Amino acid sequence: MSETLLQVRGLSKHFGGFIALDDISLDIKEGERIGLIGPNGSGKSTLVNCLSGALKHDSGSVRFDGNALDGMPAYQRTRLGLARSFQLPKPFRSLTVVQNLHVPLLFTAKHRAGAHLSTAQIDARCEELLHMVALDGKARVRPRDLTQIEMRKLELARAMAAAPKLLIADEAMAGLSHSEVDDILALLVKLNQSGVTVILIEHIMRAVMSFSDRLVCLVAGRKVADGTPREVVHNPDVERAYLGE
Amino acid sequence: MFADLLVNAIASGIVLGGFYAAVSVGLAISFGMLDIGNLAHPAFVILGSFCVYVLNQRWGIDPLIGGIVITPFFFALGAGLYGIYHYSFERRGEEGLRGLAFFFGILFITEVALILSFGVDYRFVQAFYIDDTLHIGFVDLAWRTLVPCLAAFVMIGALQLFMSRTYIGRAILAVSQDSLALRLMSINPNRVKLIAFSLSLATAAIAGALLIIIQPVEPSIGRDYIGRVFAIVVLGGMGSFPGMLCAAILLGVAESLTATFYGPSWAPAVSFGILLLTLAFRPAGILGRA
Amino acid sequence: MKNSTFCLLTAAVVIVVFALAMVAVTNDYFFFAGYVVLQYIVLATAWNILGGYTGYINFGTAGFFAIGAYASVVLHKLWGPPIPVLILVGGVLAGLVGLGMGVLTLRLRGVFFAIGTLALAIVVQTFVTNWDYVGGSRGVYIIRPATAPLLGTYIHYLFLVMLALAGFSIALARCIERSTLGFGLAAVRDDEQAAEAAGVPTLKLKLISTALSGALMGMAGAPLPYYVTYLDPTSGFNLAYAVNSIAMPLIGGMTSWVGPLLGAIFLGTIQQAATVTISSSLNLLLVGVLLVLFVVVAPHGLIGLWQPRRRSRVSS
Repeated sequence: MSETLLQVRGLSKHFGGFIALDDISLDIKEGERIGLIGPNGSGKSTLVNCLSGALKHDSGSVRFDGNALDGMPAYQRTRLGLARSFQLPKPFRSLTVVQNLHVPLLFTAKHRAGAHLSTAQIDARCEELLHMVALDGKARVRPRDLTQIEMRKLELARAMAAAPKLLIADEAMAGLSHSEVDDILALLVKLNQSGVTVILIEHIMRAVMSFSDRLVCLVAGRKVADGTPREVVHNPDVERAYLGE
Repeated sequence: MFADLLVNAIASGIVLGGFYAAVSVGLAISFGMLDIGNLAHPAFVILGSFCVYVLNQRWGIDPLIGGIVITPFFFALGAGLYGIYHYSFERRGEEGLRGLAFFFGILFITEVALILSFGVDYRFVQAFYIDDTLHIGFVDLAWRTLVPCLAAFVMIGALQLFMSRTYIGRAILAVSQDSLALRLMSINPNRVKLIAFSLSLATAAIAGALLIIIQPVEPSIGRDYIGRVFAIVVLGGMGSFPGMLCAAILLGVAESLTATFYGPSWAPAVSFGILLLTLAFRPAGILGRA
Repeated sequence: MKNSTFCLLTAAVVIVVFALAMVAVTNDYFFFAGYVVLQYIVLATAWNILGGYTGYINFGTAGFFAIGAYASVVLHKLWGPPIPVLILVGGVLAGLVGLGMGVLTLRLRGVFFAIGTLALAIVVQTFVTNWDYVGGSRGVYIIRPATAPLLGTYIHYLFLVMLALAGFSIALARCIERSTLGFGLAAVRDDEQAAEAAGVPTLKLKLISTALSGALMGMAGAPLPYYVTYLDPTSGFNLAYAVNSIAMPLIGGMTSWVGPLLGAIFLGTIQQAATVTISSSLNLLLVGVLLVLFVVVAPHGLIGLWQPRRRSRVSS
């Protein structure tokens, strides 16, 4: 039986009077492919931010790989193996593509490797990553000269450079063409096969359905469904949330 | 004797605080609501003081009236300044660093230009109420501090009404909270910001008139006020007028007490110290938005 | 070029420049003016570590600078140690103050940090103005030692000290640029949230940057009392320091160590010339105008104008 990698209990977050997350509980096992769905404003991004440490949750607890994450700053969570990509790509604009990958390699992978990562190893890893996302020819290009999908790929590559155990991909496919979506999907599948647990947050249903072992649905800050894709999609609460009464 | 001193210090502190609110209200609009770090605001207040001084000296115009006279010019100046700021920085999304540096440069230029035009001597104005003092029991309040305080309350009250009752005023409040939503209601947020920023400079004109009534003015005084106005705006919770007023009075009393019991040369440290402490421990201010 | 090679090269340049100056220059005015320009090289380079590399603007240069100067005054009155000791003490004190201030304000947005630095400068100035031991508002007189520790007159010695400090600050800046720390700072500057997500300990790096920047500024201020011989708060905390230390990197270019150097030499020499030929107020006006002009028109500075395409900062 695979281990529980991420354990969320009673997670809540509010902004003033607005409740963004209401008592969320979740268990994710190693190697799983989880799809996180829900209408706009349901709290998906807030959940990602709370898990990754970008936001402090108000109550509840998060345990990752046996460690309590409460109060831990974001960079330490990444070093523990919890990586996320951003919905709107946030590349380091003054650095080249390959330098963008250097940052997580120097600051995270190095720590997780325990031993010193030599320049040669770093360069090799960069080549691997660039090849994985098919950006080999763009190593010395600046982010401003990349296309939308190339920036998305860089975003994913950068998250992967941190050698995560769990990757949260936040709407990595929004606005992409059919074949581009397939590219990213294939990438995530390959990643999962190499041992990385993946949480995919997406609106593109066919992608989520084909990718996920399990679906979790959030509506208005609450978890309303958690099961196999077929179960969740036929759940009356989920249907109501997406299609109305 | 001590109680006498204490009550007088507090009373004059409150009155002083009222005046400080007048100086800060412009920044509450530009920095608190529009998120524009206008470091140069105090310099424009001083500029206002000098304009009022010239009007008073040359044509004997009462400073309060002089302040009102120059207000439209400052409004126009604000519009021009915002135009440059918006075109150079906001458009490119580089407000942070460069915008601040820009206003810092403007602050500096204004101060030096005033030194070149007027020298470093203190300038003051003449008005019939400046030399008298009001006596209530054992409390003495100089009219030259009371008049600005009262004028400040009037100005801030008028602005508050403007913000909450008029269409443009409410648009300004809206743009400070959610400029995207504003755009969706087909109101151009940039137009609204332009008006708001120009308004903030217009208040500087009046504040300048009030300043030179309270005390003689020389070009580098602006620096003392940078800390005060930012402390007041931050402590007051950024965009909130009532919060700002409370913070201003609090600061005025704190400074007055310090000056009475420890000496006036410690006054600058009070406002800047309060600013640092607020930033460190309660950046949302006393009545701020969460 | 490796960092160690660069450091050796810098040391060599310092020695060569000093030797040339001693041999070729007969007018002492050159050393007086040169000291000021070199001082600005240090201040601009120091400012840029936090401003250009990390993306946090500091308006309180005068505060850190004066901490170094007034620490020297205190030590001079107590027992008068040699200048290198003063520089060390000034640097450590200013660095600690920078660290403290960073702890208070770096968790907030950059704007609040910037205003905090302004607040710090004025708080320090107020303390000094009220502290009679260092002369309070009346100021204090410092007597230059009659003989210089090495060769030449005392002003030659001060020039050498500042020259060495300038070389040190440039070497330090360059070493930071081409190091893991530099990468981290660039990531913080470009996108702090993404940097955190990539595993960069942003708060720690920002604190290091603030401490180093402040320390260098304090070191630049340490020899000041001996240079001016009369120090008072108004001149010690002159706003010109703040404006210049921002204008010089901005005008020269903020992405590498070259920018502050260029900006300091360019703006510094203009000012030295202007102070003598026109008035010193007009000279300050010029700096302010140039600052605004460059911020609006050429935000990447002289380097950006000269090489618009190439903006690479670190070679991989």
